[in-house]
Amino acid sequence: MVQFHTYDTVIVGAGGAGMRAALEAGQRSRTAVLTKLYPTRSHTGAAQGGMCAALANVEEDNWEWHTFDTVKGGDYLVDQDAAEVMCREAIDAVLDLEKMGLPFDRTPEGRIDQRRFGGHTRNHGEAAVRRSCFAADRTGHLILQTLFQQCVKHGIEFYNEFYVLDLLLNGGRTAGVVAYELATGELHVFQAKSVLFATGGFGKVFKVTSNAHTLTGDGMGIVFRRGIPLEDMEFYQFHPTGIWKMGILLTEGARGEGGILRNSDGERFMERYAPTLKDLAPRDLVSRAIYTEIRAGRGCGSARDHVYLDLTHLPPEQLDAKLPDITEFARTYLGIEPYTDPIPIQPTAHYAMGGIPTDIDARVLRNSTEVVPGLFAAGEVACVSVHGANRLGTNSLLDINVFGRRGGLAAAAHANSQVHHVELPDDPAGQVEALLQRLRDGGGQENVAAIRTALQETMDAHASVYRTDATLRQAEADIRALQVRYEKVGVSDRGQRYNTELLEAVELGFLLDLAQVLVVSALARHESRGGHFREDFPTRDDVHFMRHTMAYREGTDVRLDHKPVVQTRYQPSERTY
Amino acid sequence: MTLVTLKIRRYDPELSEDAFWQSFEVPVESGDRLLDALHHVKWYLDGSLTFRRSCAHGVCGSDAMRVNGVNRLACKVLIKDLGDEITVEPLKGLPTMKDLLVDMEPFFDAFRAVKPFLMTSGNAPTRERLQSAEDRARFDDTTKCIMCAACTTACPIFWNDDQYFGPQAIVMAHRFIFDSRDEGAEERLEILNDKEGVWRCRTTFNCTDACPRGIEVTKAIQEVKRALIFHHT
Ligand SMILES: Cc1cc2nc3c(=O)[nH]c(=O)nc-3n(C[C@H](O)[C@H](O)[C@H](O)COP(=O)(O)OP(=O)(O)OC[C@H]3O[C@@H](n4cnc5c(N)ncnc54)[C@H](O)[C@@H]3O)c2cc1C
Ligand code: SF4
Ligand code: FES
Repeated sequence: MVQFHTYDTVIVGAGGAGMRAALEAGQRSRTAVLTKLYPTRSHTGAAQGGMCAALANVEEDNWEWHTFDTVKGGDYLVDQDAAEVMCREAIDAVLDLEKMGLPFDRTPEGRIDQRRFGGHTRNHGEAAVRRSCFAADRTGHLILQTLFQQCVKHGIEFYNEFYVLDLLLNGGRTAGVVAYELATGELHVFQAKSVLFATGGFGKVFKVTSNAHTLTGDGMGIVFRRGIPLEDMEFYQFHPTGIWKMGILLTEGARGEGGILRNSDGERFMERYAPTLKDLAPRDLVSRAIYTEIRAGRGCGSARDHVYLDLTHLPPEQLDAKLPDITEFARTYLGIEPYTDPIPIQPTAHYAMGGIPTDIDARVLRNSTEVVPGLFAAGEVACVSVHGANRLGTNSLLDINVFGRRGGLAAAAHANSQVHHVELPDDPAGQVEALLQRLRDGGGQENVAAIRTALQETMDAHASVYRTDATLRQAEADIRALQVRYEKVGVSDRGQRYNTELLEAVELGFLLDLAQVLVVSALARHESRGGHFREDFPTRDDVHFMRHTMAYREGTDVRLDHKPVVQTRYQPSERTY
Repeated sequence: MTLVTLKIRRYDPELSEDAFWQSFEVPVESGDRLLDALHHVKWYLDGSLTFRRSCAHGVCGSDAMRVNGVNRLACKVLIKDLGDEITVEPLKGLPTMKDLLVDMEPFFDAFRAVKPFLMTSGNAPTRERLQSAEDRARFDDTTKCIMCAACTTACPIFWNDDQYFGPQAIVMAHRFIFDSRDEGAEERLEILNDKEGVWRCRTTFNCTDACPRGIEVTKAIQEVKRALIFHHT
């Protein structure tokens, strides 16, 4: 039995981006938020370090410097008009959160305190600047909590544990979405004038990752299957400091507070790679530096496969006040006391710079120029593109707030401009029914977890920090083979209620699709830029590759096209720190 | 690699009205979380085993459950600290829906009832509201809450009286009552003065022991009681 609902605006996802959008859309149009997790379980809550805005509360700063840092940090692949919007609106975005009740850390004068963060500088690269607004090392937790509290206050309507599995289009216009209700196994069709995707990232294509088990790229996968392109998917960020083997993130704020990376000789090796910013250089540089040290035999431990994050020279009171959570992670998961012992770390798959292409009002593009009427995307699922080839730390919490807000406003405005809903296509839930049927009745000769593990292993080995034509081809072939095996998976749980096994199988399908897009996009980019490093093409090539990748689904293949980069003030120059 | 036994409380009303215990032998590595072992069962031994999880490092609050008789987050407790035979049950006091997954709605209802959002009057300032570092520190502890429900479902009062708000809702109220920017203290205190409010608390400290975020839950409840008696925050 399929149930039908009608709303003006439907928001898919209740992380920071989804709830920020809901607060705007919900006060202007009849809005429902569909989320596969209870809102407060969203991975925005895991963000630690902070959210940048040129408040200039503790030292001179201005949003133009922030824009420059964002553009340079993104290795000039950033759309500069979008970065200007984000960095200008950053100030109000932070102040809005404070007014909603977010308990930021304070300066002695009672203002919002700010600290240093990787790649954020004074006056176009002179020195590190204190720009990140934070609440200890649980900034994301408090953003998520605060936005949820505001949603409760404003009576936003949530459908919790509803998994959106399909987007409904009719004649190229948005008609609604199809969702699966975890509690009952029933399908629901939501007809809506505007749909906004805010489903977050897809870190689970990798094995060592800071991302939650539930970050499986559903939103990207859904629109891609419906013929909408994905932009710049080859740009995936590896954060330098994940807990060794586990991937749990230790915020860059640890280095902002003075933490130092050391190799097996105890050397502060970042001095050699980034003489000015050292340990606070952007993430792509630091992650490569770590692997270069490891490859040169200067890794730590018996397998020489990690380096150390050293906090031992910082006063325990400072660690307790500013980094309580991450020091606790070290104690809980490694049995290490950060007051006295360095913490073993390695780069961890962290953030998708790419995603669903949008303009600065979160409107989704169907190609390089045209929008899909009624369709919006914001947050990690989207590519505006404000992060270009490499996102700066703290710019995602900013992105979700600025573009979540803009997206919510634009979605409501679109809905209010339409007299009628777009008619639903025939048999709207048919595709989803067929997919679930196949997974339920599949022979079960193949195991979901085994395929997922194999995918993650090949992605870690062949498509992570260092890439070559050969490694990427290996990954591509492996993914192909896994997609064939995926056809034969089946689930053992025959039940209708809370069938999480069935949903894990669906999620794996999205992961396989997105891994393929990532690898195919990476194969075609014969240069190194930001988070995409090709050992066979180790330099940036602005002549041929100063352009966004647009990946389209074609049958079981991926077809690539391009989109120009928007440049306003800043000409590409060499990126040194 | 060693083997441990997970003894898990199973329940699926689609199959039977009765809950039962089922044991699984699971290979574990040193450093594995209980969540890793549960995943091993789900992924390789019995796909129907049902539980919630997301972040896997103790920040999202999805996977609170009773482990060897006490409430824990499965992702924040290591197998090596649990012995060779580990019993795993759903949280007590909330209706079990399937295996280790409980109905969270009553818990969120209590949360919503205490008006968990900043209340202010007058026009908002152009810049941020000022707050001294000391005033900010006053309610720091209760801002850590991840709404995992470990405290509320460890509380014997809550087990026997599902109308009681439970510790988490009081923690939430505390977070706002002691925030110098907030003006809703009176309203919230009135709600908590109710017969199902703070006065039901018998200071058993179960909640404090259960909290995976190390929040001094009982202390927060005591502070709210004191605020009621002395009418100030
Ligand atoms: C450990 C960690 C630390 C970080 N620290 C920082 C930091 O300090 N500063 C910074 O700027 N950035 C940081 N980031 C990045 C930043 O936190 C994320 O990029 C950002 O929070 C993503 O927010 P979001 O709203 O887009 O997605 P999420 O918060 O991931 O939310 C996704 C939502 O989509 C829903 N959803 C997903 N699929 C479906 C579906 N099929 N149907 C229905 N709902 C669905 C989920 O339920 C969830 O509510 C960090 C990231 C990690 C992992
Ligand atoms: S107070 Fe602690 S135990 Fe209770 S819900 Fe919050 S985090 Fe969980
Ligand atoms: S899975 Fe998030 S708290 Fe355990």
